[in-house]
Amino acid sequence: MALLLKGELRSKLQAELPAALDVRWANQATAPETAEHAGALPVLIEDDAVVHAAQIVPVAHFLRDTLGYDYLSNITVVDYLAFSIMELVYQFYNTTAGGADVRVRVRIGRTPEACIVPSLSPTWPGANLQEREAYDMYGVVFPGHPNLARVYMWDEFKGFPMRKDFPKTGDKYTHVTGE
Amino acid sequence: MLKTEELRINIGPQHPSTHGVFRMLVTVDGETLVDLKPVFGYLHRNHEQLGEVNSYLQNMPFTDRLDYFNSMINNHAYARSVEMLAGIEVPERAQYIRVIMDELSRILNHATALGFMLGDMGAWQTALLWGLREREKILDLFEYVSGARMMCNYARFGGVARDIDDYFITETRKLMDGLPHYFDDFEGLLTNSEILLARARNIGVLPKDLALSYSVTGPVLRASGVPYDIRRAEPYAVYDRFDFDIPVGTVGDVYDRFLVRIAEMRQAYRILEQAFQQLPEASGGHINPKVKQQSLKPPIGEAYARVESPKGELGFYLVSDGTGNAYRYKVRAPSFINLTALADMCKGYKLADAMVILGSIDIVMGEVDR
Repeated sequence: MALLLKGELRSKLQAELPAALDVRWANQATAPETAEHAGALPVLIEDDAVVHAAQIVPVAHFLRDTLGYDYLSNITVVDYLAFSIMELVYQFYNTTAGGADVRVRVRIGRTPEACIVPSLSPTWPGANLQEREAYDMYGVVFPGHPNLARVYMWDEFKGFPMRKDFPKTGDKYTHVTGE
Repeated sequence: MLKTEELRINIGPQHPSTHGVFRMLVTVDGETLVDLKPVFGYLHRNHEQLGEVNSYLQNMPFTDRLDYFNSMINNHAYARSVEMLAGIEVPERAQYIRVIMDELSRILNHATALGFMLGDMGAWQTALLWGLREREKILDLFEYVSGARMMCNYARFGGVARDIDDYFITETRKLMDGLPHYFDDFEGLLTNSEILLARARNIGVLPKDLALSYSVTGPVLRASGVPYDIRRAEPYAVYDRFDFDIPVGTVGDVYDRFLVRIAEMRQAYRILEQAFQQLPEASGGHINPKVKQQSLKPPIGEAYARVESPKGELGFYLVSDGTGNAYRYKVRAPSFINLTALADMCKGYKLADAMVILGSIDIVMGEVDR
């Protein structure tokens, strides 16, 4: 299985799974209107593919079965508060050919109704603990996950600590003298 | 018929054999393990959020404490991520020094891990102190070069903090003279030991196809038969200049992981020999002098750099927003992800085997909980 070049994943997905690509992020002109930001972060328009949340499982299977990227290394959640999106970055590697990774991105909203991504865990068990961590720290819900419980915080904890709007200077669990 | 029922046992966070504060809720039917539920978070120190508050250089000592056995490797991986993000070049001599420290860490880690695993099996103290004997000598070398035995804080962006001098090279050569004999002793005493064979053969088998789908990496993956090593697959530092083999197991049981770790120690020794041979011709100094360490502001972007740590693939994912602190800082911890396979590896075996299997995955809670 030859390795994918940068940007090649997008064209492959356009050919095989056209419903998967999230065309809102195809280029700067069509990117959704975002709240004004302090010039800190541009919307990341990459050559790598941004797919719809609902299509992540077919895309992952396509990468594994057809293209040979059989090792899921990392699922990272990044919270872009200024744009009101959460981005999940899935990194796949090809173990037989070695080489660099392929990044598949999913961009969802931050509200509880929008923060939902189908779980990869039933067919790809390696995603199990990483999705739990994403739920615990950011509040991304993965329907289909066999055991979506908190992994670091205790079970009754309320709130999602790594989100950008989580107060860093103490919350109702911190006992501050004088309050 | 005798009425039996399943028993729920808590192998609690305070336990001499759980490699740190790790809790397992185990369901047993008689002596056979039916289910295992790991509970994490007893050492959660909020490392990733601290990474967003610290500046890039301030975060370097925090990365020491992730995998506290191999702080040199944590530092190396973090420095690589920031260098990729900011586009910093590393001179050749610094790359060789980093490789030397990495391979010394690999020998240190595997000797200790095997010692601890044998301690869990019941060879209490003897095998453990055998493993720690060489570790002490290597820790003395780390203290000479970086100032601290374990929390070295040695890598900087663009190189390493201090250069190595002739005294270090002479002492390491002296240590390396004794290493092949030490490896032979280790292997000779333990490889054919009846107790080890009885307690490790065909225990905790992880088949090859399952191993990849569980995203395990490192010696656990290689013992299951997949020859994937980041130093070969995506070479970093100067690893493409060295000649070394990748030991691969066949069955994927605890015994295979034991043999793979000993073989990796020998390969690390080979790499060290070649590194010391090639070091005098390396160009450059020990650091890139143009980099402003404390006021580093990388351009907007993201980077992911990984190294082959003795426990698996250790990677740092960084997103920069142009300021001096990271916007997102994520650690891809190998021990955490290797534990995905623990429950399935332990099912069907005896309760006493669960400790041995946990020891063979070789976890360190600083990484698992961050």
